[in-house]
Amino acid sequence: MTGTHDTSTGTGVRTGRGTTPGDGGSTRPVLVRGVRPLGGDATDLLLADGIVAETGRGMTADGALVVDADGLVALPGLVDLHTHLREPGREDAETVESGSRAAALGGFTAVHAMANTDPVADTAGVVEQVWRMGRRTGLVDVRPVGAVTVGLRGEQLAELGAMADSAAAVRVFSDDGLCVSDAVLMRRALEYVKAFDGVVAQHSQEPRLTEAAQMHEGELSAVLGLRGWPAAAEEAIIARDVLIAGHVDSHLHVCHVSTAGSVEIIRWAKSRGVRVTAEVTPHHLLLTHEEVASFDPVFKVNPPLRTPEDVAAVREALADGTIDVVATDHAPHPAEDKDCEWDAAAAGTTGLETALSVVQQVMVETGLLDWAGVAERMSVRPAGIGRVAGHGRPIAAGEPANLVLVDPAARWRVDPGALATWGCNTAFQGSTLPGRVVATFLRGRPTVLDGELAEDAVGADTARSW
Amino acid sequence: MRHLLSAADLGRDQAVQVLDVAEQMAATQQREIKKLPTLRGRTVVNLFFEDSTRTRISFEAAAKRLSADVINFTARGSSVSKGESLKDTALTLEAMGADAVVVRHHAPGAPHRLATAGWTRGSVVNAGDGTHEHPTQALLDAFTLRRHLVGGTVPGAATGADLAGQRVVIAGDVLHSRVARSNVLLLHTLGAHVVLVAPPTLLPVGVEAWPCATSYDLDAVLEGAFGEPDAVMMLRVQRERQNAAFFPSAREYSRRYGLDVRRLGMLPRHTIVMHPGPMNRGLEISAAAADSARSTIVEQVSNGVAVRMAVLYLLLSGRKDPATGPVVTGGRTGGADGATRKDRRR
Repeated sequence: MTGTHDTSTGTGVRTGRGTTPGDGGSTRPVLVRGVRPLGGDATDLLLADGIVAETGRGMTADGALVVDADGLVALPGLVDLHTHLREPGREDAETVESGSRAAALGGFTAVHAMANTDPVADTAGVVEQVWRMGRRTGLVDVRPVGAVTVGLRGEQLAELGAMADSAAAVRVFSDDGLCVSDAVLMRRALEYVKAFDGVVAQHSQEPRLTEAAQMHEGELSAVLGLRGWPAAAEEAIIARDVLIAGHVDSHLHVCHVSTAGSVEIIRWAKSRGVRVTAEVTPHHLLLTHEEVASFDPVFKVNPPLRTPEDVAAVREALADGTIDVVATDHAPHPAEDKDCEWDAAAAGTTGLETALSVVQQVMVETGLLDWAGVAERMSVRPAGIGRVAGHGRPIAAGEPANLVLVDPAARWRVDPGALATWGCNTAFQGSTLPGRVVATFLRGRPTVLDGELAEDAVGADTARSW
Repeated sequence: MRHLLSAADLGRDQAVQVLDVAEQMAATQQREIKKLPTLRGRTVVNLFFEDSTRTRISFEAAAKRLSADVINFTARGSSVSKGESLKDTALTLEAMGADAVVVRHHAPGAPHRLATAGWTRGSVVNAGDGTHEHPTQALLDAFTLRRHLVGGTVPGAATGADLAGQRVVIAGDVLHSRVARSNVLLLHTLGAHVVLVAPPTLLPVGVEAWPCATSYDLDAVLEGAFGEPDAVMMLRVQRERQNAAFFPSAREYSRRYGLDVRRLGMLPRHTIVMHPGPMNRGLEISAAAADSARSTIVEQVSNGVAVRMAVLYLLLSGRKDPATGPVVTGGRTGGADGATRKDRRR
């Protein structure tokens, strides 16, 4: 029922970077037949010249690539506010190119590359380097996140203005992985980014309360003897930050909210008119700290997996809008950093290729969100928070053709070795998840077709700007 | 039994069986020839990532008296710092044909990883993993308790019995104690009532879910607030904990929670005094208590050899399990195998 005609699909992907620059100027039109935008009534979509040129039933288009999308749901291309691409510095874990492949296969058309690389993305030079690597790969729009402080050290503001003014046009700033724990520095960062409509994305973790912390502090950590990471260490920073953001009237974004208490604080701040937005990860929507009893480090993430009550609270908050977006915190690691004892393991799980499926399972199939709600939380709102032009737009004639087609009836088993990310660590390994990304389009050009990377997709976008 | 990773791996009947076999082992140790041929040709590796001379020699003596070949492997560091990773060490031992691996590690869960990640086929015995568990210590404590409180100190007299109704006070640094965790689980399984006593800073958040009572007041507990105590076990407290504000000073800790001469005098006549060692005399326990006639501290050490002989015997000699069948441990198998084969082609 689904498939593409008039093209060879499922073939390999040209992996080199040798595609001639400039050959991406003209993209073949695509006719998507019988797709249901946001899960609504079926329609055809003609994608040409980078936009949705026409919508309606029974369309034909000579020379177009025809995608039979009967039964598929179309969403605006997903936008991730929180991705670790690891390049430069940890190319053994992931590169901009491998991460871009994973992103496209997961239905993303834009990702925000976190700043904790080596060197840290704390200068215009580094963010432009990452941005250029993203452009050269051309599978998703890579939006670099700039560090808030020099070297993520939490001592001195990085040159936020220079990063904002650079070719990468950075708007999201974060020391993610580390908390900007100095209250004055956080205040100054929030104030300073107002000059260029920026946002400070905080990794909320009170450092002294979480020294050597390994898992959620509670009944299970008491039994397992693993050092506890108390919910209060997250909530204390969020409470402080929303008060500061309100005081200086700036935009605070809270990364990976994991506790019921954090939800309550954010709900209260929003009710007071504070400009605060928040994200939750797929793994915090699905998994609980009970997984840690296996001592398998694939479940070691930061912030840690929490209790079933916390999971219920973040789901409800995502449904009612208290939590604005789903962000993956895609954190690839090489095998040796997880194939060890718990204490020695790196924290993090990959997430780009599983995010939409997890959200379908925990939000759509439970009735908490419809597909329009998914589009809002995985595309529209993250594009708005990140100030990403051309993404998160309505599926309508004249709008940019950044789209993902998902088959909600599909079921698939997560095999870490079969994913495109180089990271070997997925907390969802062995799970059977619903929903499969069938096709992804970046400005009308297919990056994914039939669930595989489109032929010649890498590098094809070199000459285009966005 | 396949592995012994946690005191929770043992049901009541299995735990009693270990203690009964340990009584038999202890009896053999009274003979002129202490060595048994039981594990001839089997290899036991003592894999110690953390210094612990007393535990290592206890396991070594136990294995040798069962005629097993013993390899002592002392490793330093972890996979994040210098040194070989746990995985590579395990693969090396597997290649050498270890039938049992006795592991002491600073990381909680390291024995679980050894047992479940597919790195080794041998039986894994947890000889202490960080602040998690130390199940053979709990077994030797249970053995000591049973002999004194149930068997009237007559060897073998308590065979078949558990610790139903016995009241055991465990006082000290519960937060960082693997001995406390394993003892609470095992003594509860055997029917004893455990009361943990510590300053609130040294009890873990979540302790209220443990199958025991807790108190901040050692005097009240010794006076019988939870019933007359039959045994008092003092846990080691590191002086350095005062630097992290777990208590204001060693002196204050000692005054409030130490088993000093005054508190020793409060104990009922039959109550025994235990300590897993090594002791901080003058901090958690006074010399008067440690050296008193009530003290079982030295006896615990010799009981440790008998209990470890029993554990190795039950793990390695023909799977002579009770009718309840083999122990199934809670760990899940690691899934990293497929991932390590990933194609990293650019």
